Amino acid sequence: MKARVFVTLKNGVLDPQGKAIHHALEGLGFSGVNDVRAGKLIELDLADGTSEAEIEDMCRKLLANTVIENFRIERPETTA
Amino acid sequence: MKSAVIVFPGSNCDRDLAVALELVTGRKPSMVWHKESELPDGIELVGVPGGFSYGDYLRSGAMAARSPVMRAVGDAAARGVPVIGICNGFQVLTEAGLLPGALMRNARLSFVCRNVPLRVENSQSLFTAAYRAGEEITFPVAHHDGNYQADEATLDRLEGEGRVAFRYLDQVNGSARNIAGILNDAGNVLGLMPHPERVVEPAHGTTDGRRLFEGLLESVAA
Repeated sequence: MKARVFVTLKNGVLDPQGKAIHHALEGLGFSGVNDVRAGKLIELDLADGTSEAEIEDMCRKLLANTVIENFRIERPETTA
Repeated sequence: MKSAVIVFPGSNCDRDLAVALELVTGRKPSMVWHKESELPDGIELVGVPGGFSYGDYLRSGAMAARSPVMRAVGDAAARGVPVIGICNGFQVLTEAGLLPGALMRNARLSFVCRNVPLRVENSQSLFTAAYRAGEEITFPVAHHDGNYQADEATLDRLEGEGRVAFRYLDQVNGSARNIAGILNDAGNVLGLMPHPERVVEPAHGTTDGRRLFEGLLESVAA
């Protein structure tokens, strides 16, 4: 069973890397970019039956720093 | 004073901190590997050193904060044992929840490595007793993730409770309110990005850092 965890900076938290990427895109001539935010994708290969609550616990305890980051868990639809 | 320095894979200021502590306290600190689950008996000060623990994987200090020894450090802090986290050590203490806020990538993205002027904002703490309030001192910084951030309510509380120990005189890394070092609510845990242990001997150019350890020694002995 696979799950993907997306870790992103909270709104309002300055994202220097996103800013730098934005500037670089502008430098390449892409003028239509309003804003860039950079985050992380963490892919987990989990034992079958791992609960959503357990994955959330992993996020809170390690994968995200909830002082500055949000997380979102994505699981592929389980086949019946 | 019996002190301990925690050593993680990737720590690189552990020796500097040990030398500074021995110089000031006259006793070699115990070097405690991160896999230990206990600190040596009778430890009166714990130092969490600078470096790049676990290669800064995931977030600076994130992995180290979850290592076995940090539970023992947390227990010691809860008993009132002074704990100082310098640079990566500060990042570890915030990740471990022993200090509020977080240390993010420097606002200009570049690694900052130079001497910086600081103001001692609180001279009443265990760690700053040898300084005068408002005194300007110089410590070196060497970090990539020193941009201290917390929500406004936390920042206001830190300011209001005198828990901002050191403040940069100039903008160094984008830190909220130019915060360089903070105390926990009990006042026995200090985290700071600048390196006092690197300025303890005349050959270092200044000995401003030495007084931090001297003041601490006196506070602990008192």
